Amino acid sequence: MMSNDKVLVQVRNLSVNYHTRLGPVSAVNDVSFDIYRGEILGLVGESGCGKSTLGKALMRMIMPPAKISSGAIIFDGEDVMKFDQKRLRDFRGRRISMIFQDPMTSLNPVQRVDEHLIEAIQVHEPKTVLENAQERVRTLIGRLGIQERRLRDYPHQLSGGMRQRVMIGLGLILNADLIIADEATTSLDVIVEAKLVDQLREIREEFGLAILVITHNIALVAEIADRIAVMYAGQIVELGDITNIFDNPLHPYTIGLLSSVPSIKLDDHEELYKMSGEPPNLTHPPSGCRFHPRCPEAMPLCSRFCPNMEEVVPGRWVHCWLYQDHPQKERSTIKVKA
Amino acid sequence: MSEQISINKNENLVEITHLKKWFPVQQNFLDQILAGHVDFVRAVDDVSFTIKRGEAFGLAGESGSGKTTIGRLAIGLEKPTAGKVMFDGIDLSSLESEELRKLRRRMQVIFQDPMASLNPRMCLGDSIAHGLKIHYPEKIAEHRDITLSIMEKVGLTPPHFFFTKYPHQISGGQRQRVVIARALITNPDLILADEPIAMADVSVRALLLDLMVQLKNELNLTYLFITHDLATAKYICDRIGILYLGRLAEMGDLREVYGHALHPYTQALMAAVPVPNPHERRTQVMPAGEIPNPINPPSGCRFHPRCPVAQEICSKDEPELRALRPGHWVACHYAEKFL
Repeated sequence: MMSNDKVLVQVRNLSVNYHTRLGPVSAVNDVSFDIYRGEILGLVGESGCGKSTLGKALMRMIMPPAKISSGAIIFDGEDVMKFDQKRLRDFRGRRISMIFQDPMTSLNPVQRVDEHLIEAIQVHEPKTVLENAQERVRTLIGRLGIQERRLRDYPHQLSGGMRQRVMIGLGLILNADLIIADEATTSLDVIVEAKLVDQLREIREEFGLAILVITHNIALVAEIADRIAVMYAGQIVELGDITNIFDNPLHPYTIGLLSSVPSIKLDDHEELYKMSGEPPNLTHPPSGCRFHPRCPEAMPLCSRFCPNMEEVVPGRWVHCWLYQDHPQKERSTIKVKA
Repeated sequence: MSEQISINKNENLVEITHLKKWFPVQQNFLDQILAGHVDFVRAVDDVSFTIKRGEAFGLAGESGSGKTTIGRLAIGLEKPTAGKVMFDGIDLSSLESEELRKLRRRMQVIFQDPMASLNPRMCLGDSIAHGLKIHYPEKIAEHRDITLSIMEKVGLTPPHFFFTKYPHQISGGQRQRVVIARALITNPDLILADEPIAMADVSVRALLLDLMVQLKNELNLTYLFITHDLATAKYICDRIGILYLGRLAEMGDLREVYGHALHPYTQALMAAVPVPNPHERRTQVMPAGEIPNPINPPSGCRFHPRCPVAQEICSKDEPELRALRPGHWVACHYAEKFL
């Protein structure tokens, strides 16, 4: 386990629904997990599994037609669901910050780089003197490897990697405790992506903040994260230490997912595992366990009852009937060794 | 009999020699006069390679390396600024547009985004059969049967069910199958696959890759596979060319290039690709900077400002692509270091 296991965020039984013409879409369904201080948690899943919705929900940035229908988000001991608009505004930015896939749409095209950063300070800390704010911006930007002369540039003058570093800077300038990186490296080329990964690691070391990396790229999570949460069809199906899960995946979806990831190593995975079917439409999610129609291990019970998220060994959570008891279960429960 | 045919046929289906494509920055005449000169984006700058019949040739590189432009040039969608594209012994630039159109039956394309390449108002069957209408109008009575059988082949089963569906009614993976079926319907020799599975999810990607490999073997296809994802290329390509800023940095059999990358750029690129194994995290430091502007590419070797082994000569002389090992070409003055 991690040495620094103080909990920063507790998410409990969180559900988010999108209300559409075709009925409610259950994008996040009864999700519970913790984010520890100073850790990098990787949240992986395929498109439409609800990972971005979950990330936004942590900041309570869920807008109609979507709605957080139930659940609790406890951030550093405080219930985020109870915050009023004023509290929320302060909370976003100062405590928690988000980086998106396309930095060009997050940065203001008619504002210079330094103006973005100074504005963030002035909004959240109105008493700050301009000179002090500028000094802080200069120190931080140097730390992120952006030359000082680029401060007067507009976003379109920067490269993609640099824009993402400005976004990271916006999170760091107010000393946020948690940065949510939602597909932040997806539109970057591999070498630039690798450099951003290095930078995120360094920032975590130096500033001690927690980073939630939301991505579809499982190899990237293997590269950067301390723990991993695997999401499927609106639910977290497996959660635990990165090496444990890669060495010994438990949930059939995780097993399939990990063996279908292409690897550049010549002797790795000569054959990719071919999972049957495609992810379900969440207007009508499958009954019981949402993975059961594609699951090679499915039992009759799986289509009728939804399993719980259960801690099979300390720090290792699985959402699967294979590892928990039920009176109507036909097979014996698999015991996992610690 | 079959032997005779193979002797008559060219072993190389595609031969590309000294291919260049420069796009003018000032596109219209007035802008050119006002600027007083014309700048060019050197998207492709002297690239030569061949694709053998029945082979899957990969072109990999970062964005802006010219990989898509080469693909478009290879099937005659763009006219080269200089250099030659030979398709089965025919020089594409020598063809009239009508002749080129006829030849297109033999070269088909699969693009990245199936939703953008399918007409949303055409049912899938009609989309797939469209190529038949153009190239085989005389066989109209057979079109439906040919279409249904190709749909079955790409896994759109039952084909009757999918025939009348529209693109928005099916999943992303199925849409890409429709695009593959449409490419195959004219019985082509060459398939240009430009990032064909980049949009698909991991669990669907393996199935599509498998389908493409299987179809290639079954129908004796030749692929020009364009990708930014080196890990995916491993599962489909026989040979691969690594592009940097419009030029080939390295080229060879895939297992050769991946096993013993000789160009410092290829080495950096390979190291940058994350490996799905937390025990093997990358420790190498990445090269400084980002891919430079193709309007004013660096002198000499284009990678020299970022290269860890660059010497003075690298900024002066442009290295030629040379064979250092059997079936393995590299454009670097100091590649022997890595032998």
